[in-house]
Amino acid sequence: MAEFTLPKNSRMVKGKEWPAPAGATNTRQFKIYRYDPDSGKNPQLDIYTVDLDDCGPMVLDALIWIKNKVDPTLTFRRSCREGICGSCAMNIGDGRGTNTLACTQSIDDFKGMISIYPLPHMPVVKDLVPDLTHFYAQYASIEPWMKTQTPPPSRERLQTPEERKALDGLYECILCACCSTSCPSYWWNGDRYLGPAILLQAYRWLADSRDEATGERLDQLEDPFKLYRCHTIMNCAKTCPKGLNPAKAIAETKKMILERVG
Amino acid sequence: MSLKSPIGRARGLGSAKDGLHHWWMQRISAVLLVPLSLWFVYSVACLMGSDYETVVAWVAAPWVAVALVIYFAALFYHSQLGVQVVIEDYFHGSATKLISMYLMKLAHLVLAVAAIFAVLRIALG
Repeated sequence: MAEFTLPKNSRMVKGKEWPAPAGATNTRQFKIYRYDPDSGKNPQLDIYTVDLDDCGPMVLDALIWIKNKVDPTLTFRRSCREGICGSCAMNIGDGRGTNTLACTQSIDDFKGMISIYPLPHMPVVKDLVPDLTHFYAQYASIEPWMKTQTPPPSRERLQTPEERKALDGLYECILCACCSTSCPSYWWNGDRYLGPAILLQAYRWLADSRDEATGERLDQLEDPFKLYRCHTIMNCAKTCPKGLNPAKAIAETKKMILERVG
Repeated sequence: MSLKSPIGRARGLGSAKDGLHHWWMQRISAVLLVPLSLWFVYSVACLMGSDYETVVAWVAAPWVAVALVIYFAALFYHSQLGVQVVIEDYFHGSATKLISMYLMKLAHLVLAVAAIFAVLRIALG
């Protein structure tokens, strides 16, 4: 059976409430998921108070502020701080959270305490760092590179402007995993279902006029679990911090598979 | 615990090269069920409060009987395709999955045959 409750050792308990910065007038509270595999303890929710007058406008700025000024053990991934590397994907919200990038999520968009959890339903390495090994292996499994039989030309491989346009809405994906980890189908069957991010990437090569392995790619995708676990729940399109629509890419892939039988 | 490599795990047993038929048939039967369901619900609503003879005469009318047989066939076919997805989603590679799938398909077959048999029995006298 699919698991609907957290295993005993993953259930969250009340954590530490860290003291508010002295003399700060403009503050915001953050409730953050903490888990340290070495401690043998259950995950806990720590509450931090951030001095917004001393901190940048984004959620990532607040995390960095906490790490620098309050608690250096707080662990999270970050790199570009401008929504292009996909490292700081996490679940953020003032009620029900949404998977998004901490670096492009403004603190002002929320009212009250902001809760931050790691991406849902993934093994947690530490605090806000999920284990994405399987996600990346699934990406490798779709062979995300151009495959051609035609000998390489002495210059670029040409595309018409229309052919290039077919890649818009696909090439922008940064593989942050916000969509895949928001997808119930990926939660229940992530071992076999490729998930929205990987399927969007797979379609990026199906849609590329220069690629010559379309049939082979469709053969690899046509599978009740790899592709057809998508039930158009649409969480992927709703959560994507880049405004992309993986569900549409999946629908287009299904249409291509249908097209070759009729 | 397994020391299998991540890519080995991701590739798993490879592609089943199947899934289109199930997906497409679910859509085809859904499209067929839209007008048939509306017609069925409307007809049953109109027959509310009618006596036994009127209802039997309605079922026995040739076009009604044909439509009812198609409706029940499409309904139970579509339903078993849908419940199959639910079982595949939530039961993982266990005996429970195999047994529940078998019982579910059997139940749909029995219901479909019973419904169609009932219509034919009335229609063919």
